[in-house]
Amino acid sequence: MNKNKVKETLNECRKNANFMVGFVILLSVVLVAVFADVIAPYGVNEMHVGGKYDPPSANCWFGTDELGRDLFSRVVYGSRLALWVAFLGGSIQLVIGVVVGLACGFFGKWVDRVLSFMTDLTWCIPGTILALAVVTLIGKGLTNTIIAISLVAWASYARTVRAKTLSLKSMAFVETGKAFGESNASLMFRYILPNVVPSLIVLVSLNLPGTILSTTTLSFLGLGSQPPSPDWGLAISNGIDSINRAPWMSIFPGLALVYTTFGFNLLGEGLRDLLDPHMKSQ
Amino acid sequence: MSEELLRLNHLSIDYKVKDGYLSAVNDVNCVINKGEVFAIVGESGCGKSTVAHSIMNLLPGGNEEMHGEILFKGKDLRTCSQKEMEAIRGKEIGMIFQNPLDSLNPVYTVGDQMAEAILLDKVDKTEAWNRVLKLFKDVKMPDAEERIKSFPHELSGGMRQRVMIAMMLSRNPELLIADEPTTALDVTIEAQILEIMKELKKTFNTAIMLITHNFGLVAEIADRIGIMYAGEMIESASVYEIFENPKHPYTKLLMAALPRNTKAEGRLQTIDGSVPRITEKKPECRFANRCPYAMEKCFNEDPETVYVSEDHFCRCHLIGKEEK
Repeated sequence: MNKNKVKETLNECRKNANFMVGFVILLSVVLVAVFADVIAPYGVNEMHVGGKYDPPSANCWFGTDELGRDLFSRVVYGSRLALWVAFLGGSIQLVIGVVVGLACGFFGKWVDRVLSFMTDLTWCIPGTILALAVVTLIGKGLTNTIIAISLVAWASYARTVRAKTLSLKSMAFVETGKAFGESNASLMFRYILPNVVPSLIVLVSLNLPGTILSTTTLSFLGLGSQPPSPDWGLAISNGIDSINRAPWMSIFPGLALVYTTFGFNLLGEGLRDLLDPHMKSQ
Repeated sequence: MSEELLRLNHLSIDYKVKDGYLSAVNDVNCVINKGEVFAIVGESGCGKSTVAHSIMNLLPGGNEEMHGEILFKGKDLRTCSQKEMEAIRGKEIGMIFQNPLDSLNPVYTVGDQMAEAILLDKVDKTEAWNRVLKLFKDVKMPDAEERIKSFPHELSGGMRQRVMIAMMLSRNPELLIADEPTTALDVTIEAQILEIMKELKKTFNTAIMLITHNFGLVAEIADRIGIMYAGEMIESASVYEIFENPKHPYTKLLMAALPRNTKAEGRLQTIDGSVPRITEKKPECRFANRCPYAMEKCFNEDPETVYVSEDHFCRCHLIGKEEK
């Protein structure tokens, strides 16, 4: 790609409001996560920085919790967990979903029947309940929760990839590739997958908020992150007990959660428009 | 010239359908020699493309039944494993398709795609790139240096078909199967593509199996013709023979229906009726229901293949009778 094309692409991105706003939001979350040590005024588990249940003030921007910990610092550190959830969960789902979907669509026949059945099976059981069952099986903890959520949530990827693969497989260029002597692996990964990627990127960015939310839900229920982790879900759940007395304990972690998921969603919407292959260089 | 490259031996292909079998191809025999252009001509749905795809082993798979042999350089392609077939496709037999518009992978530039194809033969990158450029010039791509960096959707149909031809040539196959290569293109582009194919035949001595329903194209480029009707190859001969001395009633009617004969006659002649859908095999001539010369025999006996001359055969009861 030459400089002109890069410039053009950047220009297109800049024109897309959804993408830009989503991008800026996510960039801010990432920066906060990376520089958490610099940004947070107090240590993540540092107690008695003020009184207990202090309302927001110049000293503690988001107030303090029942142990007198600075909520702002905890929310800042919590962003690391949220992004870790998004990264790990997204990757697991993506890998399972893409492999299953490609195999289904490309090989068809019994491969498709078996794998599609499994996909439908995980699809039709309510996600949170299945995740609860998996967590009970493999044990509490954030990483286990992410794994559980991912094992439940890959179905939407598999289905999208399968459908896309099916329609792409019957397209002339795949046949051309075959007539060229390309192997199955090459057809799958060089001909079909790249053409699925645009829809996948959109799906990922639209699915990640769901993953973050589900993980947060499990943490809220006490199955995910365990105290004293600064997980947002845990913090919200923690604040529920004193919601009348110190509503900021739940509100600020909640806002952080909304902010992050909102960013992902906007980015996804923007990417959907930008990655439409027909919008390219026109 | 007459070294045999591809021979179809009693090739039959049936598709499984709801109400039994659809006989798409029945007992097709033909030979393509090195460096010659063999045209398969027939109406829509007469099995032309099925034959072409079966040679490349590109049929959808799962719902067809095949009989007979496809001998390429003496080796039956039907017995080849998947790996062997991959080695033959592209390298020894190339194929260009009907619709150049979506025959190219939309996510890579056309140059990249071609380079990739050349890299399958293990050459280094700059060499591959140079060959791409040379091939683009071979197929007379206007503005080749720029076009090489284009995505398929930035090219016109004619350009894309050129890319396709260039791609197939890149690996220098001995046999090129062209499945209605110009159907989707307009006449001027068709003429150019035709010119390119002629040149290829001359310079690379590539044998071409041309599948078409366009007699103009055939007259222009083909050496020999096979006429297909309802899955059977009913007549085959050199171009000259077919045009000047057709034997089978269907071929005769086809020739009569060509516009050249009707300049002064007003309306074009047509053949009444349509191609029957053959779902059960019974001994009969498949053209009988439309044939003006049909006899009783035609409806209950398979016509034999009759050789009018060494290079001209025909399947018709009438011919057998005349000769005997």
